[in-house]
Amino acid sequence: MHQKSLTIALAGNPNSGKTTIFNNITGSRQKVGNWPGVTVEKKEGIINRYGYELRIIDLPGTYSLTPFSMEEIIARDFVLEKSPDVVIDIIDSSNLERSLYLATQLREIDCKVLFALNMADIASSRGIKINAEKLSELLDLPVVFTVGNRNQGIDTLLKKAVELAESKVDTRGRRKVRYNKDIEESISKLRGFLDSRIQKPLPYNMRWTAIKLLENDKIVKERILQRAGDKSQDLLQEIQSQRTHLASRFNDDPEIVMTDERYGFIAGIIKEVVTTSARQRVDISRNIDLVLTNRFLGFPIFIFFIWLMFQLTFSVGDYPMQWLDSGINLLSTSLGGLLPDGLIKDLLLDGIIAGVGSVIVFLPNILILFFCIALFEDTGYMSRAAFLMDRIMHLIGLHGKSFIPMLMGFGCSVPAIMTTRTLESRKDRVLTILITPFMSCSAKLPIYILLAGTFFNARAGTVIFSIYLAGIVFSVITGRLFRSTLLRGADAPFVMELPPYRAPMIKSLIIHMWDRGKMFLKKMGGVILVGSVVVWALSSFPRNIEYSCDYDAEINKVDAFYRAKTASASGSAGQRLEKERDAAVAKLLMSQRSEKVEKSFMGRIGKALAPIFAPIGIDWRGSVALLTGFVAKEIVVSTLGVLYLSEEEGTDNLKNALLSSGMTPLSALAMMIFVLLYLPCVATIATINQETGSLKWTLFSITYNTSLAWVTAFCVYQAGKAIGFG
Amino acid sequence: MLLSEMKEGQAGIIARIGGNGVLRKRILEMGILKGTEIYIEKYAPLKDPLEMIVKGCHLSLRVEEAAQITVDNVK
Repeated sequence: MHQKSLTIALAGNPNSGKTTIFNNITGSRQKVGNWPGVTVEKKEGIINRYGYELRIIDLPGTYSLTPFSMEEIIARDFVLEKSPDVVIDIIDSSNLERSLYLATQLREIDCKVLFALNMADIASSRGIKINAEKLSELLDLPVVFTVGNRNQGIDTLLKKAVELAESKVDTRGRRKVRYNKDIEESISKLRGFLDSRIQKPLPYNMRWTAIKLLENDKIVKERILQRAGDKSQDLLQEIQSQRTHLASRFNDDPEIVMTDERYGFIAGIIKEVVTTSARQRVDISRNIDLVLTNRFLGFPIFIFFIWLMFQLTFSVGDYPMQWLDSGINLLSTSLGGLLPDGLIKDLLLDGIIAGVGSVIVFLPNILILFFCIALFEDTGYMSRAAFLMDRIMHLIGLHGKSFIPMLMGFGCSVPAIMTTRTLESRKDRVLTILITPFMSCSAKLPIYILLAGTFFNARAGTVIFSIYLAGIVFSVITGRLFRSTLLRGADAPFVMELPPYRAPMIKSLIIHMWDRGKMFLKKMGGVILVGSVVVWALSSFPRNIEYSCDYDAEINKVDAFYRAKTASASGSAGQRLEKERDAAVAKLLMSQRSEKVEKSFMGRIGKALAPIFAPIGIDWRGSVALLTGFVAKEIVVSTLGVLYLSEEEGTDNLKNALLSSGMTPLSALAMMIFVLLYLPCVATIATINQETGSLKWTLFSITYNTSLAWVTAFCVYQAGKAIGFG
Repeated sequence: MLLSEMKEGQAGIIARIGGNGVLRKRILEMGILKGTEIYIEKYAPLKDPLEMIVKGCHLSLRVEEAAQITVDNVK
């Protein structure tokens, strides 16, 4: 028998404990994805209960259903278009008044609503007592007390939800907000117009549609005008005349008056159902904030937390990273022993395992980082961080919360860009994503160490520090530039709640962490796989290279030469000869490798690009190395090693090779600047694409970064040459 | 008096909320209405934004946004 299925949507304010309840209901059986077309997270889970298959949807947390933000539009459209069987409105009992605002709006849409009075324990500890029966009676809907983090009342809640879904009650006559006489008159006039003149009305509640039109709701207006056909002009006129009438009557916009009236209606309910006893007890949260957002201590503590997060992510995370790395090496070596030499083996080992492996090693960092981020979010510290940093970030036209992704960018752009999900406004998110790659990531550091160490000796530290600083400066300039051009518009108003501190729940932290990890493995895996194979193919084809000399023959010659000598020598002399032989062979192999790279497609592309890099002081070897940096910046150094013919991959040899190659301190500086700014690695690009949800922004980011890198390096190199350096 | 001119520890009653549509509606929807009592809890270390208590919950607001709100009965 096919089970009957019901859709239950969870709505509620941010910080109302909605996600905790969702986690409690669905446990590990949840699916995290995106709402279609946007990068707002969509969570759903399916469970079987009371003979039904219950599909639970966690709507984005919102204060209202006015379509200002993406979250609100999504939540509202879901309720309007998908008509869930029941909407559970999760209400923060200690904030009943504000929570009821969303509730009145849900009520107006005319769906089956059920209240979960959540965090009742906190409310009662604050001396707030809510008469649930009265509330249920007044609004004519079921009310259930829940304590999400102790899993209390959840079963009753689901049971009531199923009951409500099954009941055939007519919701239309239920008590809703009554506005004052003038507004009600306008509502019924508009309603009459819609009823009589529009052939195909919107499938929404008619009163609600009229209210939204009076409130000048852009989305509803657009939708109804599409259906109105030749009546659209009349309708527009009617809306306008009602709005003007109300505006002159109240001396204010109708939507403002209506918000006021909804709160008036709510105030009436509050008066009847809430009793507040005496003074509240000591507010622990407030005391914590006396320290954490203190004028003097706030910043040091914040910096300490960030430092700790950094240490955990990149220092502690380094151990499992190394284990993973050796695991991958082990896999690679054992496969290497098993497989016959040939193209397949090369593809598998050098292409796929090496490429994907170089990215998978970041998994521990990602998991630790997101554990910390979830900890910040769940305890309520994240909004304090935004509170502290907002002044500074506002200078770039960003929200205080943008600080965390930018800072994490110094570690690795991939998790950094993933943390931009904590930002509410899309523009803020895109802007933060665009400037995060300028925070010089840790993979670029070996390149700086090599170049600065080689060419600037004692001043290397200062030079590297300046490079980092330059990255910050460029991000500020870019931020300001884009905020006033491409992503114009006031940044999101900073009306932000500082929720009470709460003890985090391990379950929710783990779920959060694992979601990110999964996302990383899944999405990165695909793109990285393709990217690695492409780069591998470019650097290992064509297979048959015409070498300038026959290396195999040369090696044999060397071998034979030493064999003859060792035969006559003995003891330590023999060992010395063997070492000499090995060195000679290694040198030949290195030349061969170098020539192979030079003559591969990658090398040819590098050489073809050389004229572009010449004006910034980078030769063809540099350009090939920079190209391979597309896979991962770590590779740049090893490519330079191969191309500059260092005998081993020891840095001292490479240093000497670089010094004698004609590279100057000035061209090294130009190259470092180029590395700082140019296109990020393939993993970052994949993340940008995933998080902006737009190929356009991804391509824009790549183009902008690379051209900025070239222009800046060009200016530095040419200016330096003009004033006599280099 | 403007909300942005109030000092830490002062309380008052909201008299008028100005500003453009989005911000104004946002503020109203968060329960900051005419006649609501507010208390300035503190300013951030860099003097912006500010934290206030409205109906028992803590909200933060940028100073430039607070400058759109007029407050009466400040004490």
